Amino acid sequence: MIVQTIVFYIFAGVTIGAAVMVVAARNPVHSVLFLILAFFNSAGLFVLMGAEFVAMILIIVYVGAVAVLFLFVVMMLDINFVELRQGFLQYLPIGGVIGLILMIELIMLLGAETVAIPKTLLATVPIPPIEDRTNTAAIGDVLYTKYIYAFQAAGMVLFTAMVGAIVLTLRERSGVRKQRISNQVSRRRAESVELKKVEPRDGL
Amino acid sequence: MDDFLLEYLPILIFLLISLGMGVAILAGSFLVARQKPDSEKLSAYECGFAPFDDTRKQFDVRFYLVALLFIIFDLEVAFLFPWAVSLGSIGIFGFWSMIVFLAILTIGFIYEWRKGALEWE
Repeated sequence: MIVQTIVFYIFAGVTIGAAVMVVAARNPVHSVLFLILAFFNSAGLFVLMGAEFVAMILIIVYVGAVAVLFLFVVMMLDINFVELRQGFLQYLPIGGVIGLILMIELIMLLGAETVAIPKTLLATVPIPPIEDRTNTAAIGDVLYTKYIYAFQAAGMVLFTAMVGAIVLTLRERSGVRKQRISNQVSRRRAESVELKKVEPRDGL
Repeated sequence: MDDFLLEYLPILIFLLISLGMGVAILAGSFLVARQKPDSEKLSAYECGFAPFDDTRKQFDVRFYLVALLFIIFDLEVAFLFPWAVSLGSIGIFGFWSMIVFLAILTIGFIYEWRKGALEWE
């Protein structure tokens, strides 16, 4: 039990430190790397809570894909690092207000432990204890049947994202020569080679 | 709960060992080697003349498209894991629910294939 507590504080501390560094790092690429560190430590926290499926998905999807996307976005933008720091004071008030609102909400949520939540808002499907049914199976039991509308809506959202990304970023480039294998294969000797009869000592 | 976390103990030990190794290697090279820091050692090297600009170059927007399509199919696979694990208990309805989901994404896949989004030119 004591090991669990120590590990929790290590993970939580590194998560917060990495999150601060995401904002404070001078180089945006370093920010993305700190974000990856924060993702890994959050995955550790999820495992400590017993949510192993969420932890693994966090690593597969967020570290494997979203962080790479962020890296590409950072590399794609033409950022001048010096200019980037100059806007800091300009955006400080609005960022501070958003942070303050979030903090107040969190304090209200944590302080209001005794607020009675209506029965309908509580999970109607009890989560089976982790000893009888694993996390992944417990999600699978309800996601595809009980929550089918949300599941299909997720499919539609992914579909929209796919089409949207293609519409926004795909451009036809003119003057690009592509290899057409069928044309190469169907080429005949008669079309490409010509025999010329050359008289001796006549030149070409 | 403790039995469950005990399964992750090897990973924790592995993390500690790798952390110790990383610190030991860096600290060892820091302590043993002679330190003569110089800004020229860290600067970008171009043969014969001072570098023109930063080594960082802008990426083409096409990398973004590839990464985004990868995320979408990654999420699709993430949805497949719980389905595969509990397929025995959710029955035929759960099975077809996933097939419809896959069909929607296959339409998107056909669209991107026909558009040539997967071709690199």
